[in-house]
Amino acid sequence: MKSGSEARPAFWRSYVFSQDHKVVGLQYALTALVFLLIGFTLVMIMRWQLAHPGLPVPVVGPWLGARAPQGIILPEFYNALTAMHGTIMVFLGIVPLAVGGFGNYLVPLQIGAADMAFPKLNLASYWWYLAGGVLMLASFFLPGGAPQSGWTSYPPLAIVNQGGQTWWLVGMLCLITSSLLGSVNFITTIVQLRAPGLTFSRLPFFVWSQLVTSFLLLLAFPPLEGAAIFQLMDRLAGTSFFLPSGLVVSGRVLHNAGGGNPLLWQHLFWFLAHPEVYVLILPAMGIVAEIIAVNTRKPLFGYRALVHSSVAIGFMSLIVWAHHMFITGMGTTMSSFFQTTTILISIPSVVILTCLFLSLWGASIRFTTPMLFALAFLPMFGIGGLTGLPLGLAPAGLHLHDTYYVVAHFHYIVAPGTIFALFAGVYHWFPKVTGRRMNGPLGWLHFAGTFVCMNLIFMPMFVQGLAGMNRRLYDGGLQYTLDRNVVGLHLLISRAAWVMGIFQVLFIVNVFWSAWRGSRAEENPWEATTLEWASASPPAHGNFASPPIAYRGPYDYSAPGARLDFTPQFARDEI
Amino acid sequence: MDVPYTIEPRTDTGLYNAQLGVWLFIASEVMLFGALFSGYALLRTGADAWPSGSRHLAVTLGGVNTFVLIASSIVMALAVRSLRHAQWRRGRRELAITWVLGLVFLVIKAYEYREHVLAGELPSTNNFFAIYYTLTGLHALHVIGGLIVLAYLIGPGASMRRTQPVRFTHRAAGLSIYWQFVDIVWILVFLTVYLL
Repeated sequence: MKSGSEARPAFWRSYVFSQDHKVVGLQYALTALVFLLIGFTLVMIMRWQLAHPGLPVPVVGPWLGARAPQGIILPEFYNALTAMHGTIMVFLGIVPLAVGGFGNYLVPLQIGAADMAFPKLNLASYWWYLAGGVLMLASFFLPGGAPQSGWTSYPPLAIVNQGGQTWWLVGMLCLITSSLLGSVNFITTIVQLRAPGLTFSRLPFFVWSQLVTSFLLLLAFPPLEGAAIFQLMDRLAGTSFFLPSGLVVSGRVLHNAGGGNPLLWQHLFWFLAHPEVYVLILPAMGIVAEIIAVNTRKPLFGYRALVHSSVAIGFMSLIVWAHHMFITGMGTTMSSFFQTTTILISIPSVVILTCLFLSLWGASIRFTTPMLFALAFLPMFGIGGLTGLPLGLAPAGLHLHDTYYVVAHFHYIVAPGTIFALFAGVYHWFPKVTGRRMNGPLGWLHFAGTFVCMNLIFMPMFVQGLAGMNRRLYDGGLQYTLDRNVVGLHLLISRAAWVMGIFQVLFIVNVFWSAWRGSRAEENPWEATTLEWASASPPAHGNFASPPIAYRGPYDYSAPGARLDFTPQFARDEI
Repeated sequence: MDVPYTIEPRTDTGLYNAQLGVWLFIASEVMLFGALFSGYALLRTGADAWPSGSRHLAVTLGGVNTFVLIASSIVMALAVRSLRHAQWRRGRRELAITWVLGLVFLVIKAYEYREHVLAGELPSTNNFFAIYYTLTGLHALHVIGGLIVLAYLIGPGASMRRTQPVRFTHRAAGLSIYWQFVDIVWILVFLTVYLL
């Protein structure tokens, strides 16, 4: 009995309420992966309605209950699926995985620290995140269903809608609290806890990307918090912050004080949500840069340019938000300003992508699974970025606004872009986390299948969007003659999405199988140079047997005259 | 396992961890209240008519509250100075005075709310009262949060004074930075909502 009572607190403190950055990072990563799967499942259900409008959903149809009588999706439920897919993917899946997961696990290791600066805040930040996620998911079971106003929650719809918007707002406040605690912790950790010798110009690019990301989360999220408070007041206290006078809803004039401004929400929302786009992409660029350096066996091309560009992106991302609002009629002066800043911010993005491409030049590339994903990231992000330029120019943006072209554009950045980088990161750092390698052939199959399906899903959407198909239609555009030529593509897209779902099973199997049965990995299986590879695999509590010292820059590969083609940062002399 | 630089500053940055952490937190708070004040400015400039704050709000009570909060800020700063000079009893007394002044602020604020509610002036009445309740309400929440931490420092958290006196002073200093910020926000609220 005595041993039992001792074992239990140890279990809770080691695995559930742990202050160890590695456990918190894993909690974030696993939770976020589950949310990614949920978000993807929602879209697979949605794609059925688009491919076969009005037909009952197979397999999961009977479980959908009153939202889908006889398995046929109701319009309100379709809207809820869209809103929750976006919300879950952005706020509960990708950011928590990229920042909470990879950032928490790797930043202290890469700077040679024993833990984060504020371990208790780190623990709290995970639980705020989980609470927010659970609140959001729980809204599906409310009488009115989940929120139905898109992940952007535009008023007046978001305020007058019967769905679970209030839960969305409260959940969002939890997530903002979580990211506030996290970003304060990350910045303090990176500034204060760097190992001796690890100056800012010797930081791995991944740490730089996390630093810039943390500043964006710190400064851009609070305005959304303010906006969420305004919207909560509108829903609960009957205020009219976002409700104009004389608003007519379903044929009846709304009895409210009026005088509000729906555009105010859009400004406050996009003041967060555009920097959020860079929160989605910067950590991905950091991961890809690390993997490219390791697998090309040469220093990254233009390390300083990469760092300066990511800092420039950070600053500029705060002044481009209204390019999401060209169609609101905010005036040509505003539009001119924001299209100028939007075109300007593409310069540092292109610099980063170019540096990563040039890093491949003349390299003896190791085609490992993480490298395959990292290599695919480059052209996929390139397509996503370049197709964004027409959207940044007001005249083209007006035409393409709210069409499938926009869906294809940002998914190319986030899905085959960021998610490929996250997959690459999982395959790359799996040996560090578990002490075992992931299976190669399974990884290759997962990559090939996902790569082909991703492009089959999103490439046709460019065609649909250019033809003018609106992206929010419950029947996928059947009702409009203008969509007649491209509506058939929905079937191809949907089938590709379902096949891609099957390929993800390979990934899940690979993770679980490799965690217990994979071949053993030693401390530095990839022969990499950064500090995380100085710790054991998996690292013990406290990370390093003795505090590491950084003697050189992060990417000392293939130095002329050296015996080996890599010299770790923690090695005093060339080996 | 101990986190370094919780007490002594790191030599090349010149900061201890909590110092940087508090200032980052304040930066995020500036963005939060900045967004709310911008929303206020946009709604007010876009409105056909906007009621004059001094005619609808209790300016005298608000003015008294301004002085109460400024006084509490000064006492809070004195408390940090006393703690830095290891004058523990005096420091604790000053922390307690700060706490009482914070409570006085909240009581007066609650009385103001009561009067408005009894007069039928609710957040839903018009956007002027909507912004009044939102801004002052969020500010009051910040005061409450500060009082909770302050109560912890005076009460259960005070034992740290014996074990780690420098760290205890750091905590009071961090709270003081926050308290000054809350004070500044109130002054802005008083100027722009009550008087303007």
